[in-house]
Amino acid sequence: MTVPAPGLVRPRTRRRLLAAGRPGWSAAVLVVAAVIASPVVAVAVGALLQGGLQLPGGVGGMVATTLALTVLVALGTSVLGTGLAWLVSVHEFPGRRVLSWLLVLPLAVPAYILGFVFLSTFDYAGPVQTGLRSVLGDDLGALPVRSLGGATIVLVLTLYPYVYLLVRAAFSDLAPTAYDAARTLGASPARAFRTVLLPLARPSLAAGLALVTMEVLTDFATVQYFNVRTVSVGVYLVWKGSFDVASAVSLASLVLLFAVAVLAAERALRGDARYHQRGGRGRGLERRRLTGGRAVAATGACVTVAALAFGLPVLRLVTWAAAAVAEENPFTDTRFADHLTSSVLVAAIAATTCVLVSVVLAHALRLGGGPWVRAAAQVTTFGYAVPGAVVGIGVLALFSAADRLLQALGREDGTGILVTGSVLGILLAYVVRFTAPAYQAVDASFARIPPTVSASALTLGAGPGRLLGRVHLPLARSGVAVALTLVIVDAVKELPLVLLLRPFGFTTLSVWVYELASENFWERAALPALLIVLVAVVPVALTFRNPATRHAR
Amino acid sequence: MMAGVMSTSETVARVATEPALRLRGACKAYGAHDAVRAVDLEIAAGEVLTLIGPSGCGKSTLLRLAAGLERPDAGSVELGGREVAGSRWVPPEKRRVGLVFQDHALFPHLDVATNVAFGLDRLPRAQRGPRVAEVLDLVGLGHVRDRHPHELSGGEQQRVALARALAPCPSLVLLDEPFSSLDENLRAQVRADTLAAIRATGSAAMVVTHDQTEALSLGDRLAVMRDGVVEQVGAPTAVYETPANRFVATFMGDADFLPAHVQRALLTCEIGVVSTVPGWGDSDVHVEVMLRPHEVALRAEPTSTAVVERVEYHGAFVLHEVRLASGRTVRSWQQHGVRLEVGTAVDVTVVPGSRPVLLSGDTALTAPPA
Repeated sequence: MTVPAPGLVRPRTRRRLLAAGRPGWSAAVLVVAAVIASPVVAVAVGALLQGGLQLPGGVGGMVATTLALTVLVALGTSVLGTGLAWLVSVHEFPGRRVLSWLLVLPLAVPAYILGFVFLSTFDYAGPVQTGLRSVLGDDLGALPVRSLGGATIVLVLTLYPYVYLLVRAAFSDLAPTAYDAARTLGASPARAFRTVLLPLARPSLAAGLALVTMEVLTDFATVQYFNVRTVSVGVYLVWKGSFDVASAVSLASLVLLFAVAVLAAERALRGDARYHQRGGRGRGLERRRLTGGRAVAATGACVTVAALAFGLPVLRLVTWAAAAVAEENPFTDTRFADHLTSSVLVAAIAATTCVLVSVVLAHALRLGGGPWVRAAAQVTTFGYAVPGAVVGIGVLALFSAADRLLQALGREDGTGILVTGSVLGILLAYVVRFTAPAYQAVDASFARIPPTVSASALTLGAGPGRLLGRVHLPLARSGVAVALTLVIVDAVKELPLVLLLRPFGFTTLSVWVYELASENFWERAALPALLIVLVAVVPVALTFRNPATRHAR
Repeated sequence: MMAGVMSTSETVARVATEPALRLRGACKAYGAHDAVRAVDLEIAAGEVLTLIGPSGCGKSTLLRLAAGLERPDAGSVELGGREVAGSRWVPPEKRRVGLVFQDHALFPHLDVATNVAFGLDRLPRAQRGPRVAEVLDLVGLGHVRDRHPHELSGGEQQRVALARALAPCPSLVLLDEPFSSLDENLRAQVRADTLAAIRATGSAAMVVTHDQTEALSLGDRLAVMRDGVVEQVGAPTAVYETPANRFVATFMGDADFLPAHVQRALLTCEIGVVSTVPGWGDSDVHVEVMLRPHEVALRAEPTSTAVVERVEYHGAFVLHEVRLASGRTVRSWQQHGVRLEVGTAVDVTVVPGSRPVLLSGDTALTAPPA
């Protein structure tokens, strides 16, 4: 970055943390990395042992589709996410406070729910096309709703909050001085945005985009609604169709390549640049009050996005749910409480575990420990890049290895897990998958704690434990809150891992919705879908009601 | 803890006799870059040592080695006679060394009093409050104890950082360019206050700086570093007046060098006889003489071949640059009232009583070369 940023100091020690390192904490990082890498390693070893990739026909098309979808969604989410973050961070307009958190709510609507609502609305038999035909006549051809374009729209609308949240957090942690300096140097708001805010928010934008593209690579349910065959869909279909591990593993290795490319791009985009605020947290930017048409346009843009991605779909779900309730009372169905409990318990345990692990990683890295520890921490972020189906197969492979081991040790029925599946497997898979987003968020917060602050605490007699409790955690709490939110939402929404690993009789809300929606029981799927949305809304809402977070703004 | 088993009198006796910091052959490399190369350095109890050098010379690394933020690749570090790095390793939190950073590194989420109390966790709870008040008074900030760091000015933050470092009564305080983020007009005052506070607690201190004026005025002794090596350690007057080599001579102040000749204890160069050199009676050698601008006297002399080439007004003094017949230049500080126009022919002499430094090659000579 060539623009000098007043108000920001690049400490002379920016690359040197506390290189002395701590053996215990470093070892913890290595253990975490080993656990998180284990399913992927299991799959990779399996692939190598079977020799050569066994790829089904049509792989080229799948790769091209995956590439196109990833690029389109990344473009869409970065424009929408960054644009909205800029709008609510730098400007004041009617409804800004409410809208700034309403815009996060789409995070609570999983793509497979928005997808079926979108289809039911815009498909040939849906109200939109029916309405168009009644106005324009029957010769109107079918709109290409079930297409790459349709899938892109749905994915952008569900995934843009990742970019929005992280970029907005970066903006709110900025000291106003840099932006003000640029403005007083004669830069227009647009230029100040481009030359000052965007470069400073670049690490956050990169992190957000990485999350988005990983989601795209991992999704197979939504894109299937749209007849879009990505490589991940291939993995799932091959596995479900034939339980052919070899082919599924081969295809999965292709997805892995995509993921590696995305992570490399994220690193390049984030660059070496780490900027530290002078004197701690910034107080956010002074917002410019918009008036007249501009204010209306700003409010309108935010309302439109929030309505399309959240309001209207939820309204439609509510209508369906009401119809379903009128028909028969689904609440008397005990499956409701069962599935809800399963979802919430699994998500809460997974989120707590993932955030604990992330804090350990970030803290251990701040304590130093050298290239091995850094590499190990990097390994943990790859879990998110591995599609759910592959993590699932990896976990199954691990458990089967454990079975064989136990049988060799004389227990004939082994763990008994492989045949029936296990909640433990689901949790392990969740930790593998969701430590990455948690760590990204926690690490981003740690990166904004100047190394000199950590060094000061140590020399004042605080050991690693006290340094964590008194300094690192309080200063990284916004990252921890974001991490908890992300993992809970992710875990409640998660579908493929549960489908693969659930023990007999264990159903989460997401699986239930999926089963109902794939059989076009949209009205019956609406209520559990609404519950998923509701569960996912709670942590989102909590984050923004947290007085500490507001105080920091 | 060793200190725990010693009686108070023993501790005091040892602290008084042992150096607060002793580095022996300390080395530290980052990859292929040797940041610190076999440095030996001692800071006596209660002594203030200034460490200066160009950026990247390893002075901050030296400080980090003392604090325990880096582990030396070789050599040892002792604090108050206790080895903390070398054959054993004591982590920074067990060293109890005070540390003040350029960015002050206050804990932004804690108020001033809590910041200062952070290092007092070993003190009984009842004594913490009074101790916080005591050190805050020492730095003159008793009235801001409930504020948060972002509500303080840069100078106040610096003083809070100092109070925080001094609160646990460390026998050594390390300051990493503590004043460079402060306004110029604030700096002198904060510097004086800081020094007074450190003196008041009796702690030894190592102050890293890249500001020559600061280095000369601040400490009891001064260490000059270059490329990971300590080039010279000594009292500021000694380092300035008798630099060990050309680097130290030019780094610590303006200096011009002229070829010179010592014969029968008489030093002569282009501008004539410079001085006598006692003890060099038998010598007949060619050397270089270092002239600092305050040692060079000027007098308008129309017949002279030396001509004023540049005049720089500095307020109290005026710097004149004079080109000699040989084409070499020397600089001279003149009193405020003296304004010799550019082009004036001047007679150049050395201020009576000066004992200019002689160099052979890049090394200063303290005795006639053999």
